[in-house]
Amino acid sequence: MTAPVYNFAYLDEQTKRMIRRAILKAIAIPGYQVPFASREMPMPYGWGTGGVQVTASILGPNDVLKVIDQGSDDTTNAVSIRKFFSRTAGVRTTTSTEEATVIQTRHRIPETPLTERQVLVFQVPIPEPLRFLEPRETETRRMHALSEYGLMHVKLYEDIARHGHIATTYAYPVKVAGRYVMDPSPIPKFDNPKLSDCPALQLFGAGREKRIYAIPPYTRVVSLDFEDHPFEPYRHDAQCELCGATDSYLDEVITDDAGHRIFMCSDTDYCETRRAAGESGQQVAARMERGS
Amino acid sequence: MYVAVKGGERAIENAHALLADVRRGDRSVPELTLDQIGQQLALGVDRVMGEGSLYDRELAALAIKQARGDMTEAVFLLRAYRTTLPRFGVSEPMETGAMTIRRRISAAFKDLPGGQVLGPTFDYTHRLLDHGLAEGGEVPPAATAPSEPTPFQSVADLLARGGLIEEQENSDGEVGDLTREPLSFPANRDLRLQNLARGDEGFLLSLAYSTQRGYGRNHPFAGEIRYGEVDVEFFAEEVGFAVPLGSVALTECQSINQFTGNASQAPRFTRGYGLAFGQSERKAMAMALVDRALRARELGEETGAPAQDEEFVLSHSDNVQATGFVEHLKLPHYVDFQAELGLLRKLRAEFFARDGAHQDNAAMQDAAE
Repeated sequence: MTAPVYNFAYLDEQTKRMIRRAILKAIAIPGYQVPFASREMPMPYGWGTGGVQVTASILGPNDVLKVIDQGSDDTTNAVSIRKFFSRTAGVRTTTSTEEATVIQTRHRIPETPLTERQVLVFQVPIPEPLRFLEPRETETRRMHALSEYGLMHVKLYEDIARHGHIATTYAYPVKVAGRYVMDPSPIPKFDNPKLSDCPALQLFGAGREKRIYAIPPYTRVVSLDFEDHPFEPYRHDAQCELCGATDSYLDEVITDDAGHRIFMCSDTDYCETRRAAGESGQQVAARMERGS
Repeated sequence: MYVAVKGGERAIENAHALLADVRRGDRSVPELTLDQIGQQLALGVDRVMGEGSLYDRELAALAIKQARGDMTEAVFLLRAYRTTLPRFGVSEPMETGAMTIRRRISAAFKDLPGGQVLGPTFDYTHRLLDHGLAEGGEVPPAATAPSEPTPFQSVADLLARGGLIEEQENSDGEVGDLTREPLSFPANRDLRLQNLARGDEGFLLSLAYSTQRGYGRNHPFAGEIRYGEVDVEFFAEEVGFAVPLGSVALTECQSINQFTGNASQAPRFTRGYGLAFGQSERKAMAMALVDRALRARELGEETGAPAQDEEFVLSHSDNVQATGFVEHLKLPHYVDFQAELGLLRKLRAEFFARDGAHQDNAAMQDAAE
């Protein structure tokens, strides 16, 4: 038994070439789900194997990698994936959105606007936006081919009839470049507007479901809605306790047994950058007052 | 001052160190060796090799040790290693008819050329806990006899000679490989069989069982189950002929099922096929039953039972995929949960506002009356 030796960024070059071909096709047909021969990875399915394979295939030795989960750099899965690439590819890693050239993410788009020199790689659990309306892949592929998206509008309409609102709060379906309806992965719908006209390339990898899709830079992405029920991004009506931000997506944190709660930025880099620049929220301000 | 609880790197490292510690357990108990696992937990090694899709007893034993005996985790470890290996090509079709037989039974015929060879099996044991085994001790070597040179012809082939069972179409075409090309539907039988061979034993067992209980019923006979060593050959372009690579232990099950036939075709038995690494009879039999169930449409039978639903079966048979996605629910979902919470609060606020308005109306009506 010999100890295994792994290639740069874990995957062998043939596999990377296969994935790059899928990525190129995905970029050529925005929002279309390209089947690819997803490999087993050393982390479990559902934990980002699609994103990891995409990242492994596009990463070069000079790239600077940032990995976030729920907007944060230090959640367990983000730490694990970042470590995986620093070990197998030896690339430099960062927590700074600005500094990164490749950002792998689960469930968020960073608050700091992205640039043309960046690629955002999404981890996708269920790539098929029509899956919960139609369980069969054979059916949904046909529906996409014929642009038969009536069912999705009926679903959204039924939400309105039942609740008075569209009851989809994350993984909110979008239409890409006027053609394919696409699942933006489970980002909160707060992030949906950032998908559109974004200078960065956005790649989506679904490992278990063996699909890759893409939004090329500066592509129009529209969240599905109705004229009389326009799409509205949702944000808690609060400010970040730490940095005072009023424009960022917030995590709610329960602080004691009585159920008191505070809000703080979900994007930890955004929050830290603001604090470093002297911004502060109530908690920090109060502490400084006590200290003085 | 509240400090946000995040999974820091130190905490993760410590959790891994703790895992290594409990994996080793009480240091006064001797550590397991890979030889011990390979020899004494051999059927576990077989299962991990089969579902892990990699024939390497030593690595499978290592995976079982590393996974602390969690078989699905061991399968996962082996798959994650396998995926990094370069692919040289595809072997020549293996001739299971030329198997060095360790066990071969048929439930369809009382006796047949080569005879019934029971081999090492639990089948006829009484399942009484053997306390003698807890003590350990010497085990006398098993009796042996010289083997007869009779070739063990496959039962299905014997039937095929009389036209009693469908012919197996011999395809010279390339076989598919779902680890290299994503599976699409409808899938051909080669890909279906590959999927089932890698599939979870428990999942296939339950599906096979469901067909016996009436969900896609098609009464099977265990035409033949054989287990033994089969040579693997590889056609080497450089030398221009097939060279032997070695041999692998396999279990093969050919089921004989009910009839097909029509106005132009005489009635005949149909087949289901199962193949697994090592001695994995339960898996091979379940696979044969499910393979046969999945042929329902091809054979013009009524469909609709779960085991006959190709997309359902093939999409959910892989335990590495299944365990990953089920267990991913352990990952944080704060962001989505916050989004749901926000909507729920809004809906509740509207509900109570409406309720309040409703009560006001009722009060006014009361006053009017």
